[in-house]
Amino acid sequence: MRQISVTVNGTRREADVEPRQLLVYFLRETLGLTGTNVGCDTSTCGSCTVLLDGQSVKSCTMLAVQADGHEVTTIEAMATNGELHPIQRAFHEHHGLQCGYCTPGMIMAADSLIREAAGPLSEAEVRIGLEGNLCRCTGYQNIVQAVMAASQEMQGGVKARAGKGGGS
Amino acid sequence: MAVAERTIGTSPPRKEDPELITGQARYTDDLTMPGMLHMVVVRSPFAHARIKGVDASKALAMDGVVAVYTGADLAADWAGPLLMAWAVSEDLKNPPHWPLTKDEARHQGDGVAVVLATSRAAAKDAAEAVEVDYEPLPVVVDMEAALADGAPLVHEDQGTNKAYTWSLKNGDVDAVFAAAPVVVKERYVIQRAIPTAIETRAVIADPSPAMGEYTLWSATQIPHIVRVAMVVATGIPESKLRVIAPRVGGGFGSKLQVYAEEALCLLVAKKLGRPVKWVEERSENYLATHHGRDQIQVAELAADEQGKIRGFRFNIMVNMGAYLMIITPGTPLLGAFVYCGCYGGDAYEVNFTGVFTNTTPTDAYRGAGRPEATYAIERIIEALARKVGKDPVEIRRLNFLPAFTEPTPMPGGLSIDSGNYDATLDQALELAGYDQLRKEQQVRRERGDTKQIGIGLSTYLEMCGLAPSRVLKALNYAAGGWDAATIRLSPTGKVQVIAGTSPHGQGHATTFAQIVADDLGIPFDDIEVITGDTTLAPLGMDTYGSRSIAIGGVAVHRAAMKIVEKTRRIAAHELEVSDEDLDYASGTFSVKGAPDRAKTVPGLAWSAWTAHDLPDGMEPGLEETAVYDAANFVFPYGAHICAVEVDTETGQVDILKYVAVDDVGVVINPQIVDGQVAGGVIQGIAEALFEEAVYSDDGQLLTASLTNYEVPAASDVPSIVIGRGPELPSTTNELGVKGVGETGTIASPPAVINAVIDALSHLGVTDVPRPASPENVWRTIRSTRGGDGR
Repeated sequence: MRQISVTVNGTRREADVEPRQLLVYFLRETLGLTGTNVGCDTSTCGSCTVLLDGQSVKSCTMLAVQADGHEVTTIEAMATNGELHPIQRAFHEHHGLQCGYCTPGMIMAADSLIREAAGPLSEAEVRIGLEGNLCRCTGYQNIVQAVMAASQEMQGGVKARAGKGGGS
Repeated sequence: MAVAERTIGTSPPRKEDPELITGQARYTDDLTMPGMLHMVVVRSPFAHARIKGVDASKALAMDGVVAVYTGADLAADWAGPLLMAWAVSEDLKNPPHWPLTKDEARHQGDGVAVVLATSRAAAKDAAEAVEVDYEPLPVVVDMEAALADGAPLVHEDQGTNKAYTWSLKNGDVDAVFAAAPVVVKERYVIQRAIPTAIETRAVIADPSPAMGEYTLWSATQIPHIVRVAMVVATGIPESKLRVIAPRVGGGFGSKLQVYAEEALCLLVAKKLGRPVKWVEERSENYLATHHGRDQIQVAELAADEQGKIRGFRFNIMVNMGAYLMIITPGTPLLGAFVYCGCYGGDAYEVNFTGVFTNTTPTDAYRGAGRPEATYAIERIIEALARKVGKDPVEIRRLNFLPAFTEPTPMPGGLSIDSGNYDATLDQALELAGYDQLRKEQQVRRERGDTKQIGIGLSTYLEMCGLAPSRVLKALNYAAGGWDAATIRLSPTGKVQVIAGTSPHGQGHATTFAQIVADDLGIPFDDIEVITGDTTLAPLGMDTYGSRSIAIGGVAVHRAAMKIVEKTRRIAAHELEVSDEDLDYASGTFSVKGAPDRAKTVPGLAWSAWTAHDLPDGMEPGLEETAVYDAANFVFPYGAHICAVEVDTETGQVDILKYVAVDDVGVVINPQIVDGQVAGGVIQGIAEALFEEAVYSDDGQLLTASLTNYEVPAASDVPSIVIGRGPELPSTTNELGVKGVGETGTIASPPAVINAVIDALSHLGVTDVPRPASPENVWRTIRSTRGGDGR
């Protein structure tokens, strides 16, 4: 066993973990954060996507010990004070989910994708940006629409400001 | 008095979503019980092997390990084998399928033993320490090889690999073919597919030893059917067994099954008196969860010189895999009646031969039999078009059944509820910009471009809403096809809808609430829908075969109308008029000619609860149940058009445009229906272009993980264009609804493959294997050009 200290959703968590434990099982089983799902065993499906220091990672791809000293954000922390995050709202309004199993991972991946972009995302950018996350229900159509809408809301101002200021 | 706005035809955002988008939803693997043990199944690495012995001593000595059971250990504990519910014919061979095999493994992944331990990791470590002495046996994975003389037998005691034969014949088929001036005949291979719901299966069995009671949580589509099947397998009385399907992460037919692990968790929980959890790993899912499709089809049409179809004949081999699971032999029958598509003809014949092989069993996969039927007819009609020199649109229009709005017979022998096949084709051609696409195709042909355009059509007819119970009896299916709903009004006028369907992404809570909101004039937000629990919703036949709106939704509507009838009597009593003197609209009863004298359903719910002044003899309370058994199926239909660009040098296929026009009758929630269409189409495109379960000759599944079974990502597929056609109400039910869950996977594969063939037709290509992967397309081009395709 090895002791780790990870800041999860803003709270510092210390625990003894088996060195072989994957981050996703640390989140799900040790911390009880079951919103992050497991859909495969090959780091293919992306259902377990979380943010590590703000960047999306597949939490089945890394060990819990590798998260020692880092900040992890999961789906449980996306809504704040009862207010849905713009991406969550967009998924709801655009019917970007059916069974919902891939949804937490999709939302976390989309959050990273949107924030890392210079402005609102095109359909092609969303499709390529989410290629690490599989969905079997929606055919992606409404996920893409939702992420584009959230991107517009979250990043629309960036482009507008850049436009007024003569670009950057 | 204000009349509530109708919600049917509008798209309120789904009731289901809040917990799903916040991570608060609880799927089976999210649940933990006190003292819970974890189960891991030891599976055969061989496709066929005799089990000569199992040594669990090393496993049992490991930390945290509580028990190991082999098939032989548990053999005496079973009340019966896993349920096979569809004995399609008298010649059916149905070797018993036990949750753990005790003598032979018959496919890679067949369960040999289970390990129980206090943690998931301990159970997995111990499973690897169980030593099984296997004696490998000869393997057969190919259907044609399995039927050859001297083939290795999957079940030695059956004496054959032929599982069954089944035929449907209408008219004098042989005479029609003998007399026809034009006959076309082709052979198609529908490759095996793996459903791949993103949530794998998971089970928890929680016993209450003192009470003799059990709760089974399972990631299943069919909690009600699982309960009956578990009674058969374990002998636990139905009254002591509650089955709950909590949030379920997709199914696509793969969770329309009664699985070994459900029975094993229950039995082991019973033996040990502790809760037992099993969660399937993805690579395990590829071996242990049923597969779909896998047919070899010989399709024939007889026609006149103009291409008018006279006769249909299809001879089809279907791969059963190693065992018959719940509806393995019946799955192809679900398509048996629609091999004629939406075309007329005088004679019709479909023959199925089921074949055992040393592979994972097949069973229902989204569309179940109808994608295969649609593929056969939509391919062979294009072969007919080529033969008589007509284009794909012309040949279809020539053969469409004329538009109708009353039940009309079709060559498959059923009566269709409503249809206008020209109308959906017209809309699809317009949305696709068909003429412009043909012009562009011509330009590229003339320029001799490397990248050629192809346009493919699929004008399909399917049947869903499983199913009229009398038809199921005629087909020898063991259960009925009805469904049920209870509607309960609380004193303050809030509504519980308890439905017998069991959703896993389809949006029943939203759609059913819309039906009830309109029927009872009660706000959408005041209606909750309860499903997926045999105690809370004891009457039900669950969710599969696009039945939930066409059967379950109609039951919901009928239960609501019973509420209306009871409240009408209370309203009449309170207003001191006769029942017939009341008008009813959207939750309000008003006296004819005096609309100010009115009562509303929520107010009458209070009256029913207080029971202070009810009509003589009326029982207090407001709760009604309806059980609906349809008189007929419903028949969605439509036209799909796919335009592809094929690189003739690399074989790469890109979809330029995809148009889906589906008439699914009355649409309750357009956004949900569009979601079903888009999801289904992409799943069908995946079968046409990407996905294929591949076995080696010795029965090893070579595509046993998500890294090599190619489920498409967002970047692999297009957005599609959706149309609805004339929206002719179904005449089967009073809501006018048809099903929509499977139209996309039924219609899209032939549209895509026809497009690929069309793009290469100038090279002489008339066939391309599924999936039309770059390799398969490249080989096809090369062999057609005179190369050897290598």
